[in-house]
Amino acid sequence: LAPWVPVVGLEIHAQISSNSKLFSGSQVQFAAPPNSLVSFFDASLPGTLPVLNRRCVEAAVMTGLALNCSINKKSLFDRKHYFYADLPAGYQITQQRVPIAVNGSLSYSLCIDNKMSQMVTKTVRIKQIQLEQDSGKSLHDDTRSQTLVDLNRAGVGLMEVVMEPDMCCGEEAAAAVRELQLILQTLGSSQAVMAEGQLRVDANVSVHHPGEPYGVRTEVKNINSIRFLAKAIDYEIQRQIEELENGGTILNETRAFDSKLGCTVPMRDKEGKQDYRFMPEPNLPPLILYDAKSLPANMNHQQVINIDWIHERLPDLPSVKRKKLVEQYGILPEHSFTLLNEDGLAEFFESVVKETLMKPKKVIGWILKDLLSYLKQHSLTVKESPVSSFLLADLLNLLEKKEISSTAAKQVLAELWKGEGKTPLEIVKEQKLELLQDQKELEQICQAVIDGHENEVIMMVLG
Amino acid sequence: QRVSVEVLEHLEHLALVDFRDAEGVERLQKAIQFADQLHEVNTDGVEPMDSVLEDRWCLYLREDDVTEGNCTKELLENAREKVEEYFVAPPGNIPLLKLEERETFLQGS
Repeated sequence: LAPWVPVVGLEIHAQISSNSKLFSGSQVQFAAPPNSLVSFFDASLPGTLPVLNRRCVEAAVMTGLALNCSINKKSLFDRKHYFYADLPAGYQITQQRVPIAVNGSLSYSLCIDNKMSQMVTKTVRIKQIQLEQDSGKSLHDDTRSQTLVDLNRAGVGLMEVVMEPDMCCGEEAAAAVRELQLILQTLGSSQAVMAEGQLRVDANVSVHHPGEPYGVRTEVKNINSIRFLAKAIDYEIQRQIEELENGGTILNETRAFDSKLGCTVPMRDKEGKQDYRFMPEPNLPPLILYDAKSLPANMNHQQVINIDWIHERLPDLPSVKRKKLVEQYGILPEHSFTLLNEDGLAEFFESVVKETLMKPKKVIGWILKDLLSYLKQHSLTVKESPVSSFLLADLLNLLEKKEISSTAAKQVLAELWKGEGKTPLEIVKEQKLELLQDQKELEQICQAVIDGHENEVIMMVLG
Repeated sequence: QRVSVEVLEHLEHLALVDFRDAEGVERLQKAIQFADQLHEVNTDGVEPMDSVLEDRWCLYLREDDVTEGNCTKELLENAREKVEEYFVAPPGNIPLLKLEERETFLQGS
């Protein structure tokens, strides 16, 4: 049987982290009373007009720069038409012709064979990033055969990040999305929490034989976590391979991932190929961005977005932070990945290193093995840790100064988890865990043991 | 060129309009013919214009402040049906019936 080459592309919608919506002044907030965060424009009442939110543009520029894109100094807005109850205007304002950023790339790392010690770096091309409106939310009430519509989300700013089909499996897609999530969170352009719908991923999947043209692709939606993303993609690849090997064909359709059954199913309510009748948004002139060279002399500051100014102020991206951690502390690359993967862990590690005599290469073991595994066991975040960085540093100092043994240190740590407010030194004294340093005292104890077990000593001497 | 029945049906489906009678279809034909006059102009090498402002004035940028919302009651006043501050809609899009299944003028063409 000829081998199959799976091809995976992603369309990611990230909700922009802003106070108000993309084209109106209503608030952006998760979980508010239905239809309380809706302006007349969001409800598409006649006579209302879109007014672009500056913060949303800055978020898109930051994201474009972080993903190595070319920022289009002139980008355009378009209308994408379709009918749905949660889209009151009957169209979505998006950027179909000329989006704000194009031609970027995202590097991410994978472990080979699940071994963290063998990491390989891959790159996926970013086709474009566009600004667009989110739709409202539909709650399907099947018992009463109706849909309840909440427009709180309608009009919230989104960045759609389109990744080229450079990936080949669920694992790669998951790693790429995880890295994107970390980048967005570092920039602050999106909080990218998948569980709250701030990051939504649709996967385009197809398979073909090497050397042959690409196969028909399906679109997989309704994926609610990075774990399910990998599962959904791998399932769909398998399904397509099996279908084709059994002589079947793949339909160019949209499928939903059913997390309970672990499979993809055709989505109902999809009426064949959609014709969106794109047209320029007549109420919005082109969006013009500037850089240091093209900065206009006489314009109002507030009306000017300077790409170079934003570029200069970009924070260290995760890949740079990891490199710095490895260089500064001599830890392994895979350690830096784990540190950044857990919110607040890198800062915790650096805090401990600052307060302790123990070398960072030894501290990292305590952070990644003891601290992290405890937090995971009890489903706690780093911020919720009952053991602060100071307490841990104290403990590691006792160990480093050889006042306690390594075994004793683990005992003290177990006691510290209880969060009873005792210091490591107090626990050591309470449980009498101090290492004896006095040579004479040690000799006395050893001699006493030997004296008390004469028979055993004779047995040992005789061999 | 006349607009085909397939295109007319496609348009009715996309835009939820009803051409209703021969006069309606003829009006559409005339509108297309009128717009087609644009093709008489040679636009080789000319960038399409979508705004008379061109590059002169960029889009007005608003500060990221919350200035609107909190008018649930007013918005729901327009709703024919509501359930606890939600708008009520049918369970899904109700697809327009296919040409053969509808009683429409287009059938006869």
